[in-house]
Amino acid sequence: MARYLLTRAWHSALTLVLASVVVFLGIRALPGDPALALAGEDRSPEALAAIRAEYGLDRPLTVQFGHYVAQVSQGDFGNSIRTGIPVSDMLRTALPVTIELSVLAILIAAALGIGAGVVAAVRRGRPAEWAANFLALVGLSVPHFWLGLLAILYLSVATGLFPASGFVPFFEDPVGNLHHIILPALILGTGLAAIIMRQTRSAMLDSLSADYVRTAKAKGLSPRAVIGRHALRNSLIVVVTIVGLQLGGLISGAVVTESIFGLPGFGKMTIDAVFQRDYPVIQAVVLLTATAYIVINFLVDLVYSLIDPRIRVAGDAA
Amino acid sequence: MTVLTVPEADTNPSLTRRTRVFRRLRRNPLAVISFVVLAIAVAVALLAPWIAPHAVEDTDFANIFAPPGTPGHLLGTDDLGRDVLSRIMFGARASLEVGLLAVLTALVVGVPLGLAAGYFRALDAIIGRFTDLLLAFPFLILAVGLAAIRGASLSNAAVAIGIAQIPGVIRVIRSDTLRLKSLDFVAAAVVDGASDLWVLTRHILPNATSVILVQATVALPAAILGEAVLSFLGLGIQPPDPSLGTMLATAQQFAARAPWAATLPGLVIMILALTFNVFGDALRDALDPKGDR
Repeated sequence: MARYLLTRAWHSALTLVLASVVVFLGIRALPGDPALALAGEDRSPEALAAIRAEYGLDRPLTVQFGHYVAQVSQGDFGNSIRTGIPVSDMLRTALPVTIELSVLAILIAAALGIGAGVVAAVRRGRPAEWAANFLALVGLSVPHFWLGLLAILYLSVATGLFPASGFVPFFEDPVGNLHHIILPALILGTGLAAIIMRQTRSAMLDSLSADYVRTAKAKGLSPRAVIGRHALRNSLIVVVTIVGLQLGGLISGAVVTESIFGLPGFGKMTIDAVFQRDYPVIQAVVLLTATAYIVINFLVDLVYSLIDPRIRVAGDAA
Repeated sequence: MTVLTVPEADTNPSLTRRTRVFRRLRRNPLAVISFVVLAIAVAVALLAPWIAPHAVEDTDFANIFAPPGTPGHLLGTDDLGRDVLSRIMFGARASLEVGLLAVLTALVVGVPLGLAAGYFRALDAIIGRFTDLLLAFPFLILAVGLAAIRGASLSNAAVAIGIAQIPGVIRVIRSDTLRLKSLDFVAAAVVDGASDLWVLTRHILPNATSVILVQATVALPAAILGEAVLSFLGLGIQPPDPSLGTMLATAQQFAARAPWAATLPGLVIMILALTFNVFGDALRDALDPKGDR
């Protein structure tokens, strides 16, 4: 157990270091001289040299990297080239929006996905299963940004039931906040639900044919108890993993949905930064996304191995 | 003394298995329907330059925002009076092109790495970290980086999507290699003195084909959706070149005036991805050895 966790922690740390090196080098591989971008109007050689000295751009790459790691570990991501606002401040306003959207989307996805997955497994070979399977395939195949467009076009603009774009912070106006965020969360959630449904269905089919379910049936438990307390609970382990991984991917996966609905979150910040070539922001965004993914991945592994001892054994062997 | 009769061995087991797979596909109505739709889509994409009613760039300023059903413009026109049907045909062609290119990229890099990771224990850890690293950079971030360094274009979008799909390919091929490596025929080949390269290319790779095939059918619709997202965001195919994603991005600005221009390209993306997914599911079921019995 301890050995497995240590290996996983070591792998995660290694990936984190590698990721930060890639981000650091990647930003420097981008075309264009950052000093020029920072200089603005005054592009005399002296001004450029002063900027290079100020930002340490004239030092060896290894020194720059050490400096960069030291800054980032203190939460200092520099200032946006476009606005001059510290990137950490931008993150502080953008992240809560994305986190709220992601959590809501995951909740919707889990409710829909697990529900449909259980129904599909229990009603195997019946119309309910075909319907659930088909809906999941559609959910996997539909471009979600297009679904967002349609929702704005046919639900927001045509009926006025939902606002087409914009955002109100939750603590200022909880009702208005939910009103703005529910449609994007639904659209984001349906795509994830498709994946959860397929995983739940196959996990349920496995556990429904297991011996302990036959035993539970044989001792006269109601179908409800057999499905809920025995089959579903054992299937949830797999589902929890999927949901965890989806949450890790959502930090960046919400990009398109956010930009369509004009939500001022992490995704919109990313897209804006890309089009404005705002390198400090891009650097922070990429590093944060990678870190979130790696950390969540590790946590999922941790939870997974705590729930299911078989994983530890298999993990040690692999 | 009784004589043990050994059942006559199949002279060509791979051929009979292939026949069984084809038979199962033919008997699955979903497989047949999706295959027919795909064949039509591919034919339209290939023949687009000859069968599209208009050239992609043709503007018809007398017919701006013409609704579907307008004579000469079956599916209507967009903000510049360009024929939506023609642009959808060329857009689907671009989607399939990016999809194939991306999946090819993922397979060319992912299959050898997956084989190596599954076969050589020493390489497994290194390739595993490489996979972790790739996974830590979501596909959009990869695409953004590539677009920033090399510019936004069809081929760069395809490469970015392909790179993002490498970890999935490595993972699937690795686990199948692990499975195959433990089988007797591989051990026999090793005992027989076959080199690692020989075992990998002559014994493991051919037996992993069905897994590779299934992985490709999963990756293709994902790549088509990826292209649409990238082009929609302006990171993929650049206007005026037609792409279903860029068509939607333009149509978004005029969605209230020309809802068809904002609806139809998305529908085509969905149908393309859906048919690939349905066919992929059917193929996986047909290839599943459990169905052989």
